[in-house]
Amino acid sequence: MDAKRELLDLLLSNAREDTTDLARQTGLDAAEVESLIAELEADGTVLGYQAVVDWDRVDGEHVQAEVELNVELDRETGYEEIARRITKFPQVASLRLISGDYDFAIDVEGESMHDVSNFVSEQIAPIPEVTQTVTHFVMETYKERGIEFGDRDDDDRLSVSP
Amino acid sequence: MKLADRVNQVPPSGIRRFFELAEEKDDVISLGVGEPDFSAPWAARTAAIDSLERGKTSYTANRGRRDLRQAIADHVTRYDQSYDPDEEILVTTGASEAVDVAMRALVDPGDTVAVHQPSYISYAPGIIFAGGEPLAVPTRMENDFKLTYADLEASGAADADVLVLCYPNNPTGATMSRDDLTEVAEFAREHDLVVLADEIYAALTYDGDHTSIATLPGMRERTVVFNGFSKAYAMTGLRLGYALGPADAIGAMNRIHQYSMLSAPTTAQFAALEALRSCEGDVVEMRTQYNRRRRFVLSRFNEMGLDCFEAKGAFYAFPHCGGDDEAFAEALLQEQNVAVVPGRIFGEGGEGHLRVSYATGMNDLREALDRIETFVS
Repeated sequence: MDAKRELLDLLLSNAREDTTDLARQTGLDAAEVESLIAELEADGTVLGYQAVVDWDRVDGEHVQAEVELNVELDRETGYEEIARRITKFPQVASLRLISGDYDFAIDVEGESMHDVSNFVSEQIAPIPEVTQTVTHFVMETYKERGIEFGDRDDDDRLSVSP
Repeated sequence: MKLADRVNQVPPSGIRRFFELAEEKDDVISLGVGEPDFSAPWAARTAAIDSLERGKTSYTANRGRRDLRQAIADHVTRYDQSYDPDEEILVTTGASEAVDVAMRALVDPGDTVAVHQPSYISYAPGIIFAGGEPLAVPTRMENDFKLTYADLEASGAADADVLVLCYPNNPTGATMSRDDLTEVAEFAREHDLVVLADEIYAALTYDGDHTSIATLPGMRERTVVFNGFSKAYAMTGLRLGYALGPADAIGAMNRIHQYSMLSAPTTAQFAALEALRSCEGDVVEMRTQYNRRRRFVLSRFNEMGLDCFEAKGAFYAFPHCGGDDEAFAEALLQEQNVAVVPGRIFGEGGEGHLRVSYATGMNDLREALDRIETFVS
């Protein structure tokens, strides 16, 4: 694995790892790690670093929904144009063009169900090319970005073994 | 009750005392564990569950399920090992059982079995239980704990009947390349030694592929190889291993196995079969993580001034603590709540060293090494 890819893997599993520890784990020196990360950021490979949050443990409401979106294209409007309009809304956490029964999958976040459904009906549905929206509210999250939610298993190995 | 002499000949394991010391304390970060911190791959676990649901709870053939032996035969071709699943493979209850039945099948009372040290603690007792006499062959840090022709010669192994070889090594993390093994093979051929090659850590090598001594010229017919699923697939508790060797040796081992164990655990055999079929990606991922931790641990030890050779296998570092390893490990546990295992427990050549297992998550590893640094300074 090349050094850049190795760093990317490490950042994917823990983006808070500091430069010195990244260097120790990869066998690179700290300056190399810094310059490779700077390259990854500058060329747009790494776009940001975010926490994975279990919202059940945070005070206050937080609602997530997955919205299926069907669109009808015409000569002037393609997927790109529609996507550009939708991504601008801060309520849209992710937007993907996908294969299958519908065109776009959107993750929408808001402070209440009302917030989210209002947003979908008032901002998304009225877009001229949109022909149908189906909103699925998230009821429980079990795993996100490779991280399992809920109680963690204790290490029940013997503390010293041959 | 009167106990058999062979039991009294074997002292209780030195590991046990450290285990008890560590258990007395709270908030201990243990780098003393000789098994993976991962769980078995999920696909292997579900295969075990599925086999139970289908009622697969009877004995299997003594040698293990035929499909599993075939899968093992296919798998070991990656190490250039070629064994007939009908005659040359025995599925055992952990590689430990394979070691035990090999000793009993191949060692006669009074035979001498050379064991390089430091090494895993079960070989010498296994030899004694079989009626043999262990001969320690110390290896040295200046040779990166590889076994050399000179080491064998100096310790009188020329007169031995059997040689136990364990690389990648527990506790040192040492590995041996084809070149390194050539002189050991030469010694074994010259002095007509049977070689018992414990390759349980074969999948955990970080400097290229593992080489088995059985694949060197003239060695296949005098070597029994032990391997298993515990380390590579993080399946220690499922207890599944295997032995590879010439038909007469495997047949003799099977004769003991069939009267003592009958067959290896059936549920574990189903897990193992699935592990071989679909869990290579899990092994690669675990190896990648061990390798990162290995680099991390080695670089931390070198930064804090503990002399540590570059271990390239298993999941152990073996730094020199600069003094009495037992006193160091005990004080480290008492003062900083970090458990490591004193090297001397693993035999001659281990004195002054510590076995530090990096089969522990990065957060604990980081904290433990910070504490060791505090202790050292």
